[in-house]
Amino acid sequence: MPETLVLVGTAKGLFSLRSTDGRRRFDVEGPTLVGEEVYATCIDSREATPRLLAGSASMHWGPIVRRSDDLGRTWNEQDHAALAFPGDAGAALARIWQLAASGPEQPDVVYAGVEPAALFRSDDGGRHFSLVRGLWDHPHRPQWNPGGGGLCLHTVLVHPDDPARLLVAISAGGVYLSDDAGDSWRASNAGIVATFLPDAPVPEFGQCVHKVARDPGNPERLYLQHHDGIYRSDDGGGSWSPMASIAGVDFGFPAVAHPTRPDTAYLIPLQGAEYRCTPGGRCTVWRTTDAGASWSPLTDGLPQADAHLTVLRDAFSTDGDEPAGLYFGTRSGEVYGSADDGDSWRLLAAHLPPVLSVRAAPVG
Amino acid sequence: MEIRVRVPAALREVAGGQPVLTCHLADGATVGDLLDVVAASHPALERRIRDEQGTLRAHVNLFVGNEDVRSLSGSGTVLGTDDQVSVLAAISGG
Repeated sequence: MPETLVLVGTAKGLFSLRSTDGRRRFDVEGPTLVGEEVYATCIDSREATPRLLAGSASMHWGPIVRRSDDLGRTWNEQDHAALAFPGDAGAALARIWQLAASGPEQPDVVYAGVEPAALFRSDDGGRHFSLVRGLWDHPHRPQWNPGGGGLCLHTVLVHPDDPARLLVAISAGGVYLSDDAGDSWRASNAGIVATFLPDAPVPEFGQCVHKVARDPGNPERLYLQHHDGIYRSDDGGGSWSPMASIAGVDFGFPAVAHPTRPDTAYLIPLQGAEYRCTPGGRCTVWRTTDAGASWSPLTDGLPQADAHLTVLRDAFSTDGDEPAGLYFGTRSGEVYGSADDGDSWRLLAAHLPPVLSVRAAPVG
Repeated sequence: MEIRVRVPAALREVAGGQPVLTCHLADGATVGDLLDVVAASHPALERRIRDEQGTLRAHVNLFVGNEDVRSLSGSGTVLGTDDQVSVLAAISGG
């Protein structure tokens, strides 16, 4: 049986969940990177043995990117910082929010989204990153404002058919697109309502986009979880339309697309911008199979009473397998998993520190 | 002059396993000069003490003898012969 690896980044270190029996049982290993908050991991499967990247931060000793070439058993850092702002940028790295591999035609290109909001690119598999100046120098940047998590660039999507087409999302700056590998950028938030501003306008930028996921079956289709609204794009992020409301609860953080099945995506709504926990004490994943025209609740195996859980923007992921494995972690330290496209769920780990990030993939 | 830098246990791995580093500096050198020397020999240690803009990390304390450099002149604090510098994690966390 191939091994499935789930990396669970927490506020106090990195845990690994491993299954070698077809995703029925997972063994919990860890923590490594003890005491560090792990907001970003990446399982880069473009090599025979996937390389892993982790972006973490110690409250005392600062942020760092590490790399593992043995599936997370050991982690290494570069002598000189792999990722740091150049002196003339006048900024210092606070957190690494996203590590995203480019496509197979760029086997050593990895992007990093960071706080303060900026994009970095590595051309050597994550050993060294350089600031993407085109976005850093964008005239909108001084007007971006931090959300509750800080001024972060948390989403990087590389178009699968053209690696020069990039989408990033910033809280709170909104969606930005590039067609030239990051040299130039344009805000692209048409249709996204800023409910947190007076009279709920649709500004050119400044939306508090929480997460964007691309539909692998139709790469021009994207699913977007906004601060208080859910949207879809059918033109590669050029414009956005509201999806059907999920029982009137449209706040949430993550968005996940099914890895192979077109028009299928998953959200975990949370009650309102003030409470930010699963509504009614019931933990429910919602699935659409018609690109957001309608939603169905998935509850089998998930707690349906007294479960006031929060799932953060990068704490929900798929392993890309078939049927899709889905995994999410909570701020209260539980990790739930599904090996059947979300039809049923099991508690895979509990009593962990607050979960900040989850990434999964078959690795053997 | 020779300045001894005491390294906390949490950072020994990035200091080559040494609890104390001995750095050679010109007379009149400052804490900033000391950290530049540390950066040249042990870059992974130095970047845990200050960020890429040269600012001392908020939850790291540097003492010259028994004096917190923040109560002196920060990175501009002039070091004297026989000074000992201690790197300590601040009492913060959660």
